[in-house]
Amino acid sequence: MLLKTKESLIRRMYLVDVAKGLAITIKNFFFAPKITIQYPEERRKYSDRFRGQHYIKATNGVENCTACMLCPTVCPAECIHIVAGERPDKEKYPVQFEIDILRCCFCGMCEEACPKDAIKLSTIYEMSTESRDVYDRSFLMEQRGNK
Amino acid sequence: MNAIEWYAMIGKTALVIGMLLMVAPVMNWIERRGAGLMQNRLGPNRVGPFGLFQTIADALKFLFKEDRILGHVNPFWYFIAPIVVLIPACMTFAVIPFASSITVDGTVIRMQAAELNVGFLYVFAIASLGVYGLIMGGWASNNKFALLGSLRSSSQMISYELSMGLSVIGLVMVFSSVDLMAITQGQGEALWQLGPLTIPKWGIFVQPIGFIIFLTAVFAETNRLPFDLPEGEPEIVGFHVEYGSMKFAVFMMGEYMNMAVASGLLASLYFGGWQLLPGMGWALGNLGLAGDAHEWARIGFEMLSFTLKLSFFMWFFVWVRWTLPRFRYDQLMDLGWKVLLPLSLANIVITGAMIYYGWV
Ligand code: SF4
Ligand code: SF4
Repeated sequence: MLLKTKESLIRRMYLVDVAKGLAITIKNFFFAPKITIQYPEERRKYSDRFRGQHYIKATNGVENCTACMLCPTVCPAECIHIVAGERPDKEKYPVQFEIDILRCCFCGMCEEACPKDAIKLSTIYEMSTESRDVYDRSFLMEQRGNK
Repeated sequence: MNAIEWYAMIGKTALVIGMLLMVAPVMNWIERRGAGLMQNRLGPNRVGPFGLFQTIADALKFLFKEDRILGHVNPFWYFIAPIVVLIPACMTFAVIPFASSITVDGTVIRMQAAELNVGFLYVFAIASLGVYGLIMGGWASNNKFALLGSLRSSSQMISYELSMGLSVIGLVMVFSSVDLMAITQGQGEALWQLGPLTIPKWGIFVQPIGFIIFLTAVFAETNRLPFDLPEGEPEIVGFHVEYGSMKFAVFMMGEYMNMAVASGLLASLYFGGWQLLPGMGWALGNLGLAGDAHEWARIGFEMLSFTLKLSFFMWFFVWVRWTLPRFRYDQLMDLGWKVLLPLSLANIVITGAMIYYGWV
């Protein structure tokens, strides 16, 4: 439905409103705080709960993971591959731990599922690479977060 | 023509052409940084100091892009259309005076590239040639959307040319000349004396309605927002949809040059052109120069004054662009034919009456 409203002549002349608009723009131009984050020098501070690059938490240099296979089971993207093995002290541990990061959707389910507080998502978000990397065990063992 | 006139002509032409070629990169930078700052961003600030070299980087990018002639276009007209847009834009600035005249060895040199007694009629005549470029571009693209876009743009430009031309008639009646030099000279006289304040006979004080019509029409003529339907990048497709690389950049250059011409016209028709800004006359007097040096200083101040006025309008184009939303096509046509055209006709009648009663 086409609604016709009766505006006053001044409004229909449009000039006063244009002047008001121009005043607003120039006010912004000079005085408004600029919200640009100049990326390489400044970085956005994400919350501690931000879900970024994975790592496996280690205690005294030994990974917490016991290769219980809960995270590969829960992972919706099916991107975690674990080959379990046995340590001399009969402890189960992951011989191979791979995350195909290209398939990962950063849902954080693995972190939630893990009973041993082993797999973690850090706050690192600069993860671009030039090759199709699969994160392997040694890469994941780098402690890159404080969670 | 004697040697001095030749040198003067070459110098003036070089100055005007150089200035026009500089306009596109500088304005591009100003527009993008201005846009950023008005939208609470920073704009491009990485390449060079304050991002000044950003436009050079862009130009290089345009040059290195593949210059494709698409299979379905008409190559000749497709190639020639951007040039047809650019050339009139370059030519029109010729008659705009950027300073008054100076006498060198008994030869009077008028500071405008071409001394034509038809004045701004020449500007209108040449500027309207730009429409052909748009139509050629749209037609040669052999693309329905480009053709529709070019039809839209040409009808817009033709509609607004009408009120643009008519809005200046009032000014011609007041100053009894179409020569921009004479009009600018006429604007040096005093209109009213308010105590110590002298209101000069600038076009804007004599022809306020004419000024507003001209300003609006000029925005439509240069395809700038709020009337940038020819380009219309977010939602409608313009005539240059099939253009890429340097050819596209040439269209953009044409737009910026048209802006420069429009700003030059606005400055010299309505804001006293090279007439010194308040305070400049005082500064010139206090420099304590005499003879030739004084004359050249005067020319320098006049050019500075003109440049400041021109820059203000260039800035105004950018300012308005980031303030107003785009008009719808029917609103645009309504404004042009139902508002500006009758208003400009009324303005002529009113001006005639004012001159008859001796008010201006
Ligand atoms: S974050 Fe989600 S998708 Fe990525 S590995 Fe963990 S469970 Fe799988
Ligand atoms: S859920 Fe935790 S403990 Fe279990 S396999 Fe995954 S990382 Fe290891």
